Amino acid sequence: MSESGFEGKAQVSPGGEHEPAGDVTHGGTAPTPSAVTPPATRPGQGSDMFGATFGSDTSGFGGLVKSKPAPVASAKPYGGWFDEATDALEAAWPGFGENVLRVVVDRGELTLHVKPAAVLDIARVLRDDPNLRFELLSSVSGVDYPAEETRLHAVYHFTSMTFRRRLRVEAAVTVEDPHIPSVCPVYPTADFQERETWDMFGIVFDGHPALTRILMPDDWVGHPQRKDYPLGGIPVEYKGASIPPPDERRSYA
Amino acid sequence: MGVEEKLPSGIVLTSVEKVVNWSRKSSLWPATFGLACCAIEMMATGAGRYDLARFGMEVFRASPRQADLMIVAGRVSQKMAPVVRQIYDQMPEPKWVIAMGVCASSGGMFNNYAIVQGVDHIVPVDIYLPGCPPRPEMLMDAILKLHDKIMEEPLGSNAKRREAHDYQPRQLVASSQRYTKDGKKAARAASES
Amino acid sequence: MSTYATERETTEGTVYTVTGGDWDQVVSGAGDDQRMVVNMGPQHPSTHGVLRLVLELEGETVTSARTVIGYLHTGIEKNMEYRTWTQGVTFVTRMDYLSPIFNETAYCLAVEKLLGIEVPERATTIRVLCMEINRIASHLVWLATGGMELGALTAMTNGFRERELCLDVLETITGLRMNHAYVRPGGVSQDLPPGAVEKVRELLATLEKRVPVIDELLTGQPIWQKRLQDVAYLDVQGCLALGVTGPILRSAGLAWDLRKVQPYCGYETYDFEVPTSDLADGWGRFLVRVAEIKESMKIIEQALDRLHPGPVMVEDKKIGWPAQLALGSDGMGQSLDHVKKIMGTSMEALIHHFKLVTEGFRVPAGQVYTAIEAPRGELGVHAVSDGGTRPFRVHVREPSFVNLQSASAMCEGGLLADAIAAVASIDPVMGGVDR
Repeated sequence: MSESGFEGKAQVSPGGEHEPAGDVTHGGTAPTPSAVTPPATRPGQGSDMFGATFGSDTSGFGGLVKSKPAPVASAKPYGGWFDEATDALEAAWPGFGENVLRVVVDRGELTLHVKPAAVLDIARVLRDDPNLRFELLSSVSGVDYPAEETRLHAVYHFTSMTFRRRLRVEAAVTVEDPHIPSVCPVYPTADFQERETWDMFGIVFDGHPALTRILMPDDWVGHPQRKDYPLGGIPVEYKGASIPPPDERRSYA
Repeated sequence: MGVEEKLPSGIVLTSVEKVVNWSRKSSLWPATFGLACCAIEMMATGAGRYDLARFGMEVFRASPRQADLMIVAGRVSQKMAPVVRQIYDQMPEPKWVIAMGVCASSGGMFNNYAIVQGVDHIVPVDIYLPGCPPRPEMLMDAILKLHDKIMEEPLGSNAKRREAHDYQPRQLVASSQRYTKDGKKAARAASES
Repeated sequence: MSTYATERETTEGTVYTVTGGDWDQVVSGAGDDQRMVVNMGPQHPSTHGVLRLVLELEGETVTSARTVIGYLHTGIEKNMEYRTWTQGVTFVTRMDYLSPIFNETAYCLAVEKLLGIEVPERATTIRVLCMEINRIASHLVWLATGGMELGALTAMTNGFRERELCLDVLETITGLRMNHAYVRPGGVSQDLPPGAVEKVRELLATLEKRVPVIDELLTGQPIWQKRLQDVAYLDVQGCLALGVTGPILRSAGLAWDLRKVQPYCGYETYDFEVPTSDLADGWGRFLVRVAEIKESMKIIEQALDRLHPGPVMVEDKKIGWPAQLALGSDGMGQSLDHVKKIMGTSMEALIHHFKLVTEGFRVPAGQVYTAIEAPRGELGVHAVSDGGTRPFRVHVREPSFVNLQSASAMCEGGLLADAIAAVASIDPVMGGVDR
């Protein structure tokens, strides 16, 4: 049972509503911020310096939107134990060549970007191969990159207790076809975590024993942590002014 | 409510009112309704150092049917809202609600899709207690203010007083004034008037 | 004859709705099938917070236990995307509200990894100090509430009494009893006030006397033993398959403690043991947690000896939190020297102060996963930055969330009262589970 009409809002992007610029009251109180959300406020979209000709956007960025570059693949040799691990994976998994799209080594961490359909295979290999031995699946979560075609990323963090290593596997799917095989047969710990990722992002994990909503009420519509789902707050009245919720405010960034 | 049903109607019974209100406030039994961080502070208030037992409130009834105070301690999420209402409905009259913490009073720092912006969207609240979380002393102060509020609650036919168009509920006095010697005298005088 | 229970056929069999009435009449209509579905709803004195357990009972034996969570979902992770990186600390700290310092430290370690900065040594030592005091406080709350759930009400009063001492110390250092927002990216927000070190030493002295009392109260007690021994058994295979870490994994025999195997904050230089037990039941977890309190006291002692004077916030003025707080005539606020400096002498200081408070610092793009050992297990933070002043995505891998999956495995086949003991021994904190 959901209270206010948030499910209706799920389909509307925050930048889509336009209202005339708010009343500018003279005499000290702050002008009512217009309901136009400059793209600079939308997380994930960068913007660049140009003159402000646009509503109450005082950031100086005239609404220019620049999307962030995709993570750059690292070149071999990666350094440290990463080469050893990727070689072992390549040896143990014949599908390495066609399924691993990118290997990124950044800030001391190894990330493998794989095709979604291969997630179960790579999980099995990571757990079973004696040179890899990633016994623990620490975390399954989602990230939404609205600038990319394959927006929804499922991120898996593996921990090897034997070798004391961590590895990240990332698989990206589109909103239209958000299917990824579930790793529950290999790592039962993914049960609740995949349910949370489904609930928050809408990624469907095929083969999951019971993929239902876990954090939101069962009949909630929409996937809250997607970037186009509004934060859903209400304006707060404080000392005569009405302050809009954080996702509709002026951005200083 | 049982007392009010047995009262002969139309007769103003000031001293009965006082006794009834005094007995109600002296042994308010809270229903366990701790949700989040405020619940821990509520438990700390009930523990040894900030003792709630001296106000007759040590007994946290698990069953709402035996409780008369619901301290909503913590953030109320959308999923929990119907449960809050159901617990409130299960409590017998007279019942009071303290919204403990900013999340229960107004949604707190979580102005988003998942949190009900104030439990007064769901249940009528008697005392709002801000804080994140409020210190145990603050919770005790809120409870004492609730005691004051209960003491002046009119009984039976007196309750019609509340519906008069010029009815002014007695304002709550700040604790720094209320618990001084003069403050206590003033409170006693006001309650006798 | 009329019964008070209405019945209807479902795919699972006949469902009886009981709303008062004579139990005999209901049961006689139900036949020999003793199976009942009992809902231990979100409001219950013995479920550790707003946890809902749907138990299928065959007499007193639990045949199936399902946990329903989400009653405390706050949308913290999404909320953080609309706040600066420093403000994220105040959100993250309210997830697992019994160990706020751990949440903050994990998050700050992730942000510092993204920034690529080194935190000053004094700040790291203060972090370790606060973390271990928090660990003791958290385990004491576990003892208190676990005891209360199993009926040992004196455990509740004792546990909270000791916890008040820990909170006093944390209040002296951070300013608040809970949800401190003390550990910030770059260091800690303020240095230790004068007298804090003595207070911590006093705390250690008092705990040294009081913890054995709790030990005596509970460890030798036959009822406590009977309630916890051979209850909620989960061996190492089960733990690893379900991703369970923390005292539960250590009670199954595996000495997996992130402070030892993947040290952070200088833990490799501290001398402490990792208590384990090979009992893998509720009793083992109790022993492990009490032993951990004692180990934490050792670490605090060592941390106090390492406190050398120094800065507590990173030197880089473009990242370090600009405030210099001091106690003035009207309470805690910006020290007057700092105000004089930013308003009078240094333009850069003023600009930094302004930019850092309104906009926040920028974190280079990338993603990291940092994990620390919280009282409940592996607390991981997956932070993604897009180069801006706000987190692009922060996901917190909460130990309670993952550990709670083991509740079904632990409860099924046992008695109803053991289900309570099982959930108590997992020690879930629903704020962390639902975030």
